[in-house]
Amino acid sequence: MKTFAELNFPGRLIAVEGLDGSGKSTQIYLLKRWLEAEGIRVYFSEWNSSELVKSATSKGKKRELLTPTTFSLIHATDFADRYERHLLPLLRAGYVVLCDRYIYTAFARDVVRGCPPQWVRGVYNFAALPDITFFFKADLEVSLNRILEGRPKLKFFEAGMDLRLSPDPYESFRIFQGRILEQYLAMSTEFNFIVIDANQRVEAQQGVVRQLVQERIDLSRYLRRNPLPLPPQRRSESKVVVASDPDDESVE
Amino acid sequence: MRKNFKSTIVVPQPGRRRFYGHGIPGVEPEELVGKLIVVEGADGSGRSTQIARLVDWLETGGHATVQVGLKRSTLVSEELERAQGGNILSRTTLGLFYATDFADQLENIILPALKAGFIVLADRYIYTLMARDMVRGMDEDWLTNLYGIALEPDAVFYLEVDAEELVQRNLSKSATLDYWESGMDLGFSRDMFDSFVRYQTAMKTAFRKLQKTYGFTIVDSNRPVDAVTRELRKKIDRVLQGR
Repeated sequence: MKTFAELNFPGRLIAVEGLDGSGKSTQIYLLKRWLEAEGIRVYFSEWNSSELVKSATSKGKKRELLTPTTFSLIHATDFADRYERHLLPLLRAGYVVLCDRYIYTAFARDVVRGCPPQWVRGVYNFAALPDITFFFKADLEVSLNRILEGRPKLKFFEAGMDLRLSPDPYESFRIFQGRILEQYLAMSTEFNFIVIDANQRVEAQQGVVRQLVQERIDLSRYLRRNPLPLPPQRRSESKVVVASDPDDESVE
Repeated sequence: MRKNFKSTIVVPQPGRRRFYGHGIPGVEPEELVGKLIVVEGADGSGRSTQIARLVDWLETGGHATVQVGLKRSTLVSEELERAQGGNILSRTTLGLFYATDFADQLENIILPALKAGFIVLADRYIYTLMARDMVRGMDEDWLTNLYGIALEPDAVFYLEVDAEELVQRNLSKSATLDYWESGMDLGFSRDMFDSFVRYQTAMKTAFRKLQKTYGFTIVDSNRPVDAVTRELRKKIDRVLQGR
């Protein structure tokens, strides 16, 4: 498997990965704001957001119809739709594409659910690898607390209840997230994750992220010919720092 | 004197059972004591007619049956239908969408029915899905891995009909050719008739290729319906006896 740069795509893809509550969505949101303000051609895509597949995914989750295999396949379908219709054309056109979660989310989750790793990787092998993958590594307890404090009603699949780890959703969520973290850590070296200490302050993390992006990508190649005028800053926007977590499992 | 009705029923004998790849986590092939019989073929090859006749025959013979087919899952069938209507799906997406539909039926209908000893009749299986994707240029290794979840059927019959004969049958049935069955998304030709013939010929080639790997039975369905039924029954009889 190769990165987009290795495949000679003019565009570059940056992905963020991490547990629910690791702060990765906030970080990629702030990265996007910066790149836009610098006049870079940038596009943002999040996990489980293809309109096409949404109703099936949401039905499957609500009615608890999904098995590990169909859970995996329906997310792969969602990813393929975004990949072929949005990501590929934009990368061909020389965009910097930001992805909140990429194939590693599937590699971690589906394997924890019991799908064989080689099968999952095979299903996704039509996708090129990101040029940069940031992995936001927070202490398990920190991530858990962020989620459990802010959003106390855990959904069935989000809590990994389908795995029958515990009849208590909170306990189930803890075990489930712990196993996902193990999978992420096991992939970290193989896929060259850049590990960011997510226990740091938001600004400190963002500083590291912006610095690394600048070092690894020649951003001047991605400037818009005619920079877009910045939208007038609305009041509410100046406060919005915490981006909503696009995590697929929280689909209503 | 009372008339003696024939009441002997053949109890299907177990055959070899395996998944093509890793299968479905947690399912033991040996538990699947029923029989899985697949009928493949293009629209107009007589699939539905033959399956209806087989169901009659099997049920009369004392066997419980269940039918499955493409795009019939609770999970994604409506969504798949809608997405296809708009023709906005790219090939990988469409392939995975169909794989999801298949997996849902496999886990929720086929496997439980086989466990309960039913005879499952599948109106097409992974081979049609694979052939369609192959014609659209998808990687064969990718497909083999993807469909490693599938159970090997006890018998697969591919009802083969010449493309020209298929055109005639489809036109006499509905006076039109189906967009997807004509492979119009491939852009072979703007002429639907022409595209249909070229697409079905390509599908036939893909099936021949798959036949080498999966070893299914090719049934000449240019013949009259009854002749095909007779051949199918004979072969299924052998399957039930575990041969």
